[in-house]
Amino acid sequence: MPESTYTQLVELSAALLLLCAVLIVWRRSLGAQIRLLAVQGWALAGLVAVLGVHEDSVELVSVAVLVAVLKGVVLPRVLSRTTAADRAAAREETPLINTTASLLAVSFLTMLAYLVSRPVLVLGSTPAVAAVPVGVAMTLLGFLVLSTRRHAVSQLIGFLLLDNGIATVAFLTAGGVPLVVELGVSLDVLLVVLILQVLTSRIRTEFGDADLDDMTELHD
Amino acid sequence: MSASAAVFSLSQVLVVVALSPLVIGLMRTVRARLEGRVGGGVLQPWRDLRKLLRKEPLVADGRSWWAVAGPLLLMSSSLAVCALTPLLGTVTFDRLPDDLFVVVSVLLLGTVAVALVGLDAGTAFGGMGSSRHMTISALVEPTVLLSVYALSIPVGSSVLSEIVEARLDDPATVLSPVSLLALLALTIAVVAETGRLPVDNPATHLELTMIHEAMVLESSGRDLAWLELGSWLRLGALMGLVSTLLVPWGVASELSVVGLLVAILALAAKLAVAATVLAAVEVALAKVRLFRVPELMAGSFVLAFLAVTASYLVVQG
Repeated sequence: MPESTYTQLVELSAALLLLCAVLIVWRRSLGAQIRLLAVQGWALAGLVAVLGVHEDSVELVSVAVLVAVLKGVVLPRVLSRTTAADRAAAREETPLINTTASLLAVSFLTMLAYLVSRPVLVLGSTPAVAAVPVGVAMTLLGFLVLSTRRHAVSQLIGFLLLDNGIATVAFLTAGGVPLVVELGVSLDVLLVVLILQVLTSRIRTEFGDADLDDMTELHD
Repeated sequence: MSASAAVFSLSQVLVVVALSPLVIGLMRTVRARLEGRVGGGVLQPWRDLRKLLRKEPLVADGRSWWAVAGPLLLMSSSLAVCALTPLLGTVTFDRLPDDLFVVVSVLLLGTVAVALVGLDAGTAFGGMGSSRHMTISALVEPTVLLSVYALSIPVGSSVLSEIVEARLDDPATVLSPVSLLALLALTIAVVAETGRLPVDNPATHLELTMIHEAMVLESSGRDLAWLELGSWLRLGALMGLVSTLLVPWGVASELSVVGLLVAILALAAKLAVAATVLAAVEVALAKVRLFRVPELMAGSFVLAFLAVTASYLVVQG
């Protein structure tokens, strides 16, 4: 594939990844967040596929298929099954900081990501290296969602955003990891999400709510 | 140079004045059809304007001269915006570049004029509308400036016609992440600035929710016609600007009869598509609560900010 097309495709998928991360912070409805997470999974798979085609690596292309299936289809479906149980709690009603403040935090965190990844940017001027700050920013935004949301499913979405960010940085800097390792990591994430899904539904049947801030005390 | 710039400016003003009421009519018709109504037809805004212009304006006791001057100031600022933005051609006057900062400040002049008209009558609704209107414009301003700053980085100039020319030369830049993010932010800002859904419902006369309608409530006859036409022109010019930035084809870079005709047809087509899309989206939207408007504006600000950071990504890479 010509170099300019490669550059454009890498830039476009990086921008899509970042845009989805920002919109996840912006939107409060869980359904919309899950759909955005699925779009982000497809964008990540697209990024990996572009890298794979550019480097003529069959392994990376198969990893891309794996990423698409796991992050684009399976995980969003598991999450939406969790929220489908009750329509009433399908919105994050009271995040710890309001949306305007978290959107401003997003701009600061993105700036921070660009600042801290300057040592990486010095290493090379390929489009893949130039997109590394996007991965770092996604990781930071994942932390933001994890720490400011109260709803269990929202926190799960934050965790997956964090995971997507780490995966993005890995694919952009190291050209991906061996297929076996990627398979192991993917299964790990899948298991974590499944366990947390079970835990969330148990919490809800037990307390009638999945608001984690209500659970600060121990009872018999 | 300045002769052809004058031709372009004059034809821009004439074309936008002719088209903006039609754009409004088209939006209302699309909206009506999608809601299962027949609607007043595309020409209805022109008929309304003709009716209003024939009527004598009734001025309430205690209103100052601003009731007459404000609408005229809005109208002239809108006409200046139409003349300045490169909707048909990228030829500009030497001494008067269509710099974005100039365009935004001329727009703001109109905003302030309408807000003062709302305050002038001394009614509760007018003041409320003006206060809301100024709050929203204060929130919109940073987004507009940042998003155009992002668009101007690859070109190295904030002159709108140079940005459009650069896009005509290299259409691939239109699809770059920087320009898409900046245009998305600019679209939200334009929607807020021109008082469309989800920020303001242009069709409402419900006291608690109206913004633009609250300010023009006390005007009538000719004054009301100028206020309406002025705000329609703003909508037409800004929509034309966004769609020209998104789809730069058709804009003439030098004066010729064929080029001008093609540019006029292209502008009409772009405005028609933009109006249809905007109206179709508006049907699906509800007005957001006033206290959630800052959220929307913060979102568009973040998009513009990301566009700026992403443009540095491209420059370094």
